[in-house]
Amino acid sequence: MPDREPSTLWGKLIALPVDSTPKTIFVAVTLCLFCSMIVAFAAVNLRPIQVYNKALDKKVNILQVAGLYKEGVDVGAVFSSFEPRIVDMRTGKFTDAIDIASFDERAAAKDPSMSSELQEDPASIGRKPNFTTVYLLKNKDGSLDKIILPIYGYGLWSTLYGFIALEENGNDIFGLQFYDHAETPGLGAEVDNPRWKAQWQGKKLRDEAGNLMIQVAKVAKVKEHHIDALAGATLTSDGVDNLVKFWMGKSGFAAFISNLKAGAA
Amino acid sequence: MAQTKKELLVDPLVDNNPITLQVLGICSALAVTSSLQVALVMSIAVIAVCGFSSMSISFLRNYIPSSIRIIVQMVIIASLVILVDQILKAFAFEISKTLSVFVGLIITNCIVMGRAEAFAMKNPPLASFLDGIGNGLGYGLLLMLVGVVRELFGSGSLFGITILESVNNGGWYVPNGLLLLPPSAFFIIGLLIWAARTWKPAQVEEREFKIQVVEEH
Repeated sequence: MPDREPSTLWGKLIALPVDSTPKTIFVAVTLCLFCSMIVAFAAVNLRPIQVYNKALDKKVNILQVAGLYKEGVDVGAVFSSFEPRIVDMRTGKFTDAIDIASFDERAAAKDPSMSSELQEDPASIGRKPNFTTVYLLKNKDGSLDKIILPIYGYGLWSTLYGFIALEENGNDIFGLQFYDHAETPGLGAEVDNPRWKAQWQGKKLRDEAGNLMIQVAKVAKVKEHHIDALAGATLTSDGVDNLVKFWMGKSGFAAFISNLKAGAA
Repeated sequence: MAQTKKELLVDPLVDNNPITLQVLGICSALAVTSSLQVALVMSIAVIAVCGFSSMSISFLRNYIPSSIRIIVQMVIIASLVILVDQILKAFAFEISKTLSVFVGLIITNCIVMGRAEAFAMKNPPLASFLDGIGNGLGYGLLLMLVGVVRELFGSGSLFGITILESVNNGGWYVPNGLLLLPPSAFFIIGLLIWAARTWKPAQVEEREFKIQVVEEH
């Protein structure tokens, strides 16, 4: 008995040879749909854990930059000694207009209603956010111990996101740390090297006349303001140099720091 | 193929090692071997991707049109790699930060593609799965060997535990900075290939051409 011609469209498709055009398209579409379903399923289901990890990582980095992090420490408990506050970058003063808990800094920095375009943009960030979260570490008696400021800017491949910790006088650096970047491993990614990061401690942002002197460079001009650039990572070093100068300068946190010192923030 | 299951798994470790014999997957071997912990996670990721991609491709081998077979393989491999990346980001966040782009680059790892194209397209799923795992293990073995040398002599530690106290920390060992940089992996892999071919002369490739002896007049 000869094979009967399949009547349904599906039957016709199945009967086609594997290399025929309709079947090729059918296989390609089915496979893509199936694979995208698996990927989407994993991404959606793992998102909450990843978001939690990112938030925890940020807290750990704030603790590290303030020198409070030790292996096995209860991050949440130590972190509660920090007081997060939102600063209005236009006035350099604290503001309560924004709810800290729901404030998404990265989204706000891109939102035209919450940021302003930069004319001079040494850190290559495009827009300057109107609001940023700063973290104040208080002593037991309530006086200010350290100020943790968020900084970011473009390196070689990526935007480096980090924190700088200043002593209560707003001029001595306690530490600097990046928590998110995609610089070249082994070269630019050496910004994470503890030995390099240790250089920042005790350096001064400004000289006595109040000029911003801090510098990441190959050759030291003034030792107390100089951080040795990374070998083999000139562009990343320049990026760090630019972004630190930008955020510590008058378009960055300078107004806030002087307000804070004067008690007028 | 008359290979037994054990041969499929064990052969790629030494006799048919993807790195030393086939010289594939060198790029990522340079990048992730400066510390053992990272090398171990990368090895596990490659073993998983290689095994499961070979198995899935083998299941589909009779339905994959030959005109788009490479793209089909890529789609399957890429999906698995994204899956691995997502899992690492969720459960091993610190390590996923150090591995950064290299997890994504498993997609372009020639070993995975090579096994899919050379073996899984022609063999049943179980054999393909074992072949994938075996080749992943071969890659992992080399990664760990290179990692041991690089981490021990480059930073004086193994898995982050100090073995040779370095001068910077008040010890006696002066770490060899070259070993922390990618080029050093080239030297180590080169030496390992030499060692493997001395131990098993069958691995030495035949010369592609002979140098002619010019007749003397």
